Amino acid sequence: MKPPADHDPVPADETPDVPGLRTWVGVYGFAFAVFVAVVAALTVFTRYYA
Amino acid sequence: MNGVDWLVLLGTILGIVAYGTWRTRHTDNLNTYLKGNRTTKWGTIGLSVMATQASTITYLSLPGVASENGIAFIQNYFGLPLALIVVCAVFLPIYRRLGVYTAYEYLGQRFDQKTRLLGAGLFVLQRGLQAGITIYAPAIILATVLGWRLDLTIVCTGLLAIVYTVTGGSAAVNLTQKWQMAVIFGGMVTAFVVLLTKLPADALHIAGAMGKLNAVDLTPDPKLRYTVWTGILGGFFLSLSYFGTDQSQVQRYIGGARLREGRLGLMFNAVVKIPMQFFIVILGALLFVFYQLQPNTPVLFNQVQWQQQVAGPQGATFRAIEEKHAVLHADKQDKIRAWVAAHDGGDAQAEAAARAALTAAQKASLAVRNEARDTLQTADPAAKKTKDSDYVFISFILTQLPHGVIGLLLAVMFSSALSSKAGELNALGTTSTIDLWRHFRPLAAHDEARNVRVAKWLTALWGLFAIGFALFVSFAENLIEALNIVASIFYPALLGVFVVAFFLKHVKGSAVFWAAIAAQIVVLVIFFFGKAYPAWEIGYLWLNPIGCAACVLFSLGLQAVMPLGVKPASVSEP
Repeated sequence: MKPPADHDPVPADETPDVPGLRTWVGVYGFAFAVFVAVVAALTVFTRYYA
Repeated sequence: MNGVDWLVLLGTILGIVAYGTWRTRHTDNLNTYLKGNRTTKWGTIGLSVMATQASTITYLSLPGVASENGIAFIQNYFGLPLALIVVCAVFLPIYRRLGVYTAYEYLGQRFDQKTRLLGAGLFVLQRGLQAGITIYAPAIILATVLGWRLDLTIVCTGLLAIVYTVTGGSAAVNLTQKWQMAVIFGGMVTAFVVLLTKLPADALHIAGAMGKLNAVDLTPDPKLRYTVWTGILGGFFLSLSYFGTDQSQVQRYIGGARLREGRLGLMFNAVVKIPMQFFIVILGALLFVFYQLQPNTPVLFNQVQWQQQVAGPQGATFRAIEEKHAVLHADKQDKIRAWVAAHDGGDAQAEAAARAALTAAQKASLAVRNEARDTLQTADPAAKKTKDSDYVFISFILTQLPHGVIGLLLAVMFSSALSSKAGELNALGTTSTIDLWRHFRPLAAHDEARNVRVAKWLTALWGLFAIGFALFVSFAENLIEALNIVASIFYPALLGVFVVAFFLKHVKGSAVFWAAIAAQIVVLVIFFFGKAYPAWEIGYLWLNPIGCAACVLFSLGLQAVMPLGVKPASVSEP
């Protein structure tokens, strides 16, 4: 039904290879932490300039 | 614009288009044409995802929206990082593992061909119409302000996007989007720095006192369009459907050397998107302050159409509005100075009194602006096609920036139009080829060269359709708004189908197909009920979780009552 996949099979344990973040859960956690920090900073920003 | 601006504008735009076309002119492998080079790294993917999402409206209109309504719009992006994490963890690995070209190809494997066609059809219908708007929306603003012919602006922009998208496919789109984003970042930062040099040190405090810096609104009122709750919940579902199921985005991250590159490209967007949008809306809030402090701020920024009326038979009416606005504007400037003095003096009571007086002056000035807008739209119905806020940033660019930088900022606008347009055409060509043409011509699926030729032809046809539609749109005043609403109410059911596909393994094709149609009807009923009875209208972002949840629940219900003999056409479960 579809042509053979041109990509290599995805290794289940492929690491993010990002300094300080050894697992994908760590990468997602980092992105979430940045999100929380940004929203918190925007809340403080709003209060300060309101 | 002078010769230097034209040189910068044409050199930048044509240079990137020529480079992308030349570098990818020998793309004749179907996989490379549809998914891009296998060597593509995460940085290119990340910029490509960003460039596809942000059209000219982001850079041209959003500063104006923030200038007029404040920076609350930023909350719309609060759900985006969370959605990207889900796409990274769930959607992307499955797309890569199955080696699909489109998101809807996955639906065919997981469910059946009718569900695949439903998904592909919804995408093609919605994105095909949107593709015309992507060209038209910036073209009408730039053509109005610069005195260019609207039809020529639309045709030239569309043809440029067609040339390199058809030539190099996804490889060309990825390559050019990287350079176009470099131009966009460079131009926007330059404009921001120039604006800062023209503002007093307490500009942010003035913006705050005038109610423009409310970035976070915790009010739990579902009727409010922009709050933290609509942003996180509604924005999450909207972003999940856009990044996870819209082929124009899926195509950007599905390729790449490894799964890692796509994931990091998406995580790059999860981290930088809100700060980037904050930068754009703050630019708008500061533009507002800049124009508050200018002595001759116009009553409306769409000065081309305004001045035509001033010089026309109803000129006396328009001049009277201008005079009224000038008096109120001067009064408002006095109130701003009084508030700054009270704020700097540290007297809380005086500051509160000065702020109340400033708010009243602002309200009076806004009333005259509204009167001016209504009068202009009555005299010239063509003015209804755009909002006055669309002209705020372009007015600043053309009147306050030095030559050369004006050309650079116009290059920003055209780069963003081309980058988002190319992403759309690429996705439309791919979906039409893989999910529609190959579905109806299965014997041709193994002829790679023929597939590439067909993909090129279909991409070109979508480009020409978009140009034609953009030319037609110029005759329909409220069509743009109608289409934006159509787009926002078709996503939720489609997302529901994908959520069922990923997380509810026992639900089969027929159940989810009819559930999606039922959920779509629910969304339409809620939407039109709100329009008929405004007291019951809810913010449109809420339609996303409601429609998605309805599809999931209906799927579960239908699967429970449907005979188990209904067999899916799937070849494998993810």
